[in-house]
Amino acid sequence: MNLAYYPGCALHGSSNDYEQSLRACLGTLDVELKEIDDWICCGATAAHSLNQKLAIALPARNLALAENKGFHEMLAPCPMCSMQLLKARKELGESEALRRSVSEIVELEVHGEVKVLNLIQLFESIGLDKLKAAVKVPLSALNAACYYGCLLTRPPEVVEFDDFEQPRSMEKILAALGGKTVDWNYRTECCGAGMTMASEQTVLDLSHKILTNAKQHGANCLVVACPMCHVNLDMKQPNIERHYGVKHAMPIYYLSDVVGLALGFTPEALGVNRHFVPGAASSADLQVSKPAAGLKAGATAKDAGAK
Amino acid sequence: MSRIGVFICWCGENIARTVDVDEVARLVAEFPGVRCAVNYKYMCSDPGQAIVRDKIVSERLDSVVIASCSPHMHLRTFRSAASLAGLNPYRVEMANIREHCSWVHPNRAQATAKAVQLIRLSVEKARRDHELEPIRVPVTRRALVIGGGVAGIQAALDIANSGYEVVMVERDPSIGGKMAGLSETFPTLDCSQCILTPRMVEVGQHPKIKLYSYSEVEAVSGYVGNFNVSIRQKARYVDIKKCTGCGECWNACPLKRNPSEFDYAMGMRPAIYVPFPQAVPARPVIDAKVCAKIIRNGCGLCLKKCKAEAINFHDQDKLVEEKVGAVVIATGYKLYNIGKVQDRPKLEGYGEYGYGKYKNVIDSLQFERLLSASGPTVGELKRPSDGAQPKSVVFLCCVGSRDNAKGLPYCSKICCMYTAKHAMLYKHKVHDGQAHVFYMDIRAGGKGYEEFVRRAIEQDGAQYYRGRVSKITEENGKLIVRGTDTLAGEPVTIEADMVVLANAMRPADGVEQLAQKFNVGYDEYGFLLESHPKLRPVETASAGVYICGACQAPKDIPESVAQASAAASKVLITFSASELTREPEIAKVNEDTCAACYTCLHACPYHAVEQAEVRTPRGVFVKRTARVNPGLCMGCGTCVSVCPSKSADLEGFTEQQIYSMVESLV
Amino acid sequence: MSQGALARPLSPLLALCQVYLRRELQALSVATAISASSDVIAEVESLAHTGIRDCYQCGKCTAGCPMAAGMDSGPTRLIRLLQLGQTEKALRAQGMWQCVSCQTCSTRCPKSVDCAGIMDALRQLSFERGVATPEQQHTVLFQKAFLANIRRNGRLNDLELIGEFKLTTFMRGRSIAFLLKDATLAPELMKRSKFHLVGEKARDRAVVARIFARCMDGSTL
Repeated sequence: MNLAYYPGCALHGSSNDYEQSLRACLGTLDVELKEIDDWICCGATAAHSLNQKLAIALPARNLALAENKGFHEMLAPCPMCSMQLLKARKELGESEALRRSVSEIVELEVHGEVKVLNLIQLFESIGLDKLKAAVKVPLSALNAACYYGCLLTRPPEVVEFDDFEQPRSMEKILAALGGKTVDWNYRTECCGAGMTMASEQTVLDLSHKILTNAKQHGANCLVVACPMCHVNLDMKQPNIERHYGVKHAMPIYYLSDVVGLALGFTPEALGVNRHFVPGAASSADLQVSKPAAGLKAGATAKDAGAK
Repeated sequence: MSRIGVFICWCGENIARTVDVDEVARLVAEFPGVRCAVNYKYMCSDPGQAIVRDKIVSERLDSVVIASCSPHMHLRTFRSAASLAGLNPYRVEMANIREHCSWVHPNRAQATAKAVQLIRLSVEKARRDHELEPIRVPVTRRALVIGGGVAGIQAALDIANSGYEVVMVERDPSIGGKMAGLSETFPTLDCSQCILTPRMVEVGQHPKIKLYSYSEVEAVSGYVGNFNVSIRQKARYVDIKKCTGCGECWNACPLKRNPSEFDYAMGMRPAIYVPFPQAVPARPVIDAKVCAKIIRNGCGLCLKKCKAEAINFHDQDKLVEEKVGAVVIATGYKLYNIGKVQDRPKLEGYGEYGYGKYKNVIDSLQFERLLSASGPTVGELKRPSDGAQPKSVVFLCCVGSRDNAKGLPYCSKICCMYTAKHAMLYKHKVHDGQAHVFYMDIRAGGKGYEEFVRRAIEQDGAQYYRGRVSKITEENGKLIVRGTDTLAGEPVTIEADMVVLANAMRPADGVEQLAQKFNVGYDEYGFLLESHPKLRPVETASAGVYICGACQAPKDIPESVAQASAAASKVLITFSASELTREPEIAKVNEDTCAACYTCLHACPYHAVEQAEVRTPRGVFVKRTARVNPGLCMGCGTCVSVCPSKSADLEGFTEQQIYSMVESLV
Repeated sequence: MSQGALARPLSPLLALCQVYLRRELQALSVATAISASSDVIAEVESLAHTGIRDCYQCGKCTAGCPMAAGMDSGPTRLIRLLQLGQTEKALRAQGMWQCVSCQTCSTRCPKSVDCAGIMDALRQLSFERGVATPEQQHTVLFQKAFLANIRRNGRLNDLELIGEFKLTTFMRGRSIAFLLKDATLAPELMKRSKFHLVGEKARDRAVVARIFARCMDGSTL
């Protein structure tokens, strides 16, 4: 597979561990990523909050940059970026006048035909059975709460991905990797998004609720596919624990982390050791210890003799 | 030579202000064949009609043209007037110089000229009018009622008590419909079954009502006064004539745990079952999808136990034919089931409410069964997950109703009232319980309805929140309901033991196919179309077919009963004479020139053309021909336009008439 | 409308007239409010591509909003203020600045009103008019600093952004605590190789500046 790659500012900034893990695991899955030359910021929250024109123009330029290099598909691992790109693509597709006007603004002819994929969609594209066949370390010790956040599934008429009330696409990938997932109630509740700097209390309150609910439903880790969510749930976890006086100790994995770990990469190779909340230190941590062959778990030596 | 009289109406100022009626009269009098042209202030008034009658006699007129308003208004008036003066009523033409002329053209000269032209056309037509006689159609004075709910029951009883036979078809094993499953009805809190079952029994025992239960209408042909209906009696595997209803079979049946349709899956029933104790007929039916004997020739216990030898595993569907003269469709409603895959892609379902995921989120009909004294929990309120008595219940109004994005945009009318009722009944059963109701508006327009809702709030302590609920999740056995109250401007979160959704009312399944069999229209939601929303709520575009109850639009029991009696009265009008008269302006085929290509037969939207044979008086076959059924033809003219040999023509609007009208203008 | 002209009475008589006019205008309340603020409503509808009148105030947006409990005006109320022509109140509200743009409101709205879009429009219009509520200035300043950062660099420079944000908030509120908060994060980020002294920049930054100029010149798309 050959596709354009739009990292976005987060993956080259404080969430470069996300890029590390996705480059590692996609490499073994025959996916070639070509970073879009001279890409610019998609505008994130600031653009759509302060200027609607910018919110369309900035992602539009990136669509054009990918198209001009002949790409039909691009990977945008950050859902803020992928949502903004999809929104621009949709609006430009619906109005020829808008398309022309935006093309003038960004000084590139934008057609808006390149497909934008999030990381989950990329794994689905690779194929879950292919993924399953490549698993070297089944993640049997993982009891994950798959956390989607806001922008992977919303607004539904823009992103058109998964069931926006009860999404299950990540759970299916975890199952292919031999991991278990929990049924919990905060899959699509907001973590506080871009308020990390401007209103930290918002993030602490919302992310605390997410971590609490995951634990209440028996999860031993969270799996995310968004760098913003990762920052709020991982980097801010110590602050949450301090503020609420609780110990969550909940590792937050990127989806590419769990895929990479299942494919046999070490946590260091994937950047898992760079998280704030310690995750798996080795592949032994990922697996429930297996009993000796021929005996059922919990059987005694007497049973073995009687056989 | 024609002797045509033209009568020009001023319609007060409506025509005369714009059209120079004197000038028109002067010009029109010059037309060949016109014997007199008079104008008068109000042609439709008694003196006006007298003028027409007098002129018919004094001038020996053979045709009359009234230049006035639209024929929709007064064609009948002038035809009667002509009749009284001895002129065939179908030699009366109307030129519309009001709606088509004076009301839409402000310029006097132009309007006057146009009025003259319009009259010219009518005069040309009148010149070639023939005497026509109304068509008389025999009437079979028996009625068909489709649907055995409260509306169907009411209609059937009204017609039967008037002395006419009624054939009732109900697709469930018992009549009673949704009302039989309710616990109590608003605003009186009468026990629903107590007030309905006497009616059900009356239907079951009525000498003039022939009940086909567990049956459906298969096919229909014919027309008003003369319908041929084919009814499919589905295989019960029980002979209801032999069966005594003793109950040995359903007690013996080992397959006891099948979700009960009557209890909306809140309770179980055996494979051989009577839906509820007061069923009419009180005879069991076997569910062929689960019965071990039918599927793999096992069991057979019921057969052994039955002393009346009424069980028959070789039973098959039967088709029976009935002849009726009028039909009442009363197929009722179903609730919008938001947990399932939908029949229309737009009705995506409400994933945010957890219906189908959480056992304790149920809909209003399910709640009725839990409340009902004869329900699966024998009237004790027990929640589905663990049978515990819920101490806090949240009721959501407008689920799927008034929702353009992913539901139905209309209001389902009854939910505000039954939710108040539910809150009250809940409090009456659980004295220390708390009802919470999320509503958008309270629609309580009926008699005693407003007072009823206030009782729920003021006396029974139901807490009402004005706002919708966004999401429902479950934590530790409690349902977390996140709603809002817009009056206070605050979000509201409630931990509930149970949630009851007031789902939208939709027409029953299969109503669209049924409507097509009867040529009855339906709207985009499947509700059957009435002839006129204000003035003809129970009639349809198909003569002789009437509708009543929730199949027409969401409504409550008193409205359904009223409409049912209204539909019955229309049936009785149809039956009031042994013959029906129809307007004779219908198609006719010239059998001499007809080539029997049957293009008209295939083109006719009313299936009014038949294949027929021309034979000599001795019965020798001469040729095949198309023949129009005068009872069905609606005079649309489609056959006339497609006939390659010009054998089909319209009485009262022949091709000759049309050509000469057009030529007169050129 | 040049308010400067009205604010300079030429004579005591004119001043009296102005007082009388102001009172009369107040008395006309809602009816006048709607017609005078119809351009704000039209702008909101045009920016959000959605109809304000479609909202029938069911409250489902507020019910699902994660921030509603803390807002002075939740989404339902903000839309109602617009419907009533109380655009000044709406533009000066805190609610839209507390919003996290999670899109839950728009997703669940039974009338397909783009509520999240309306929040965006209210933010843009209150920002452009300089009436964004003082209580949420941290958020306003952060978004402003973010945009300035991209305009300069083409891509976000974390350190530069934090620096500019902390400085501008300090200049406004003089809170040393806020200035120094998160300072301990720096070494934590450094030891995880997440600390970039010099961030990435786009090569063609000039085009980015031009795009910004064209977008922020006050015209609509």
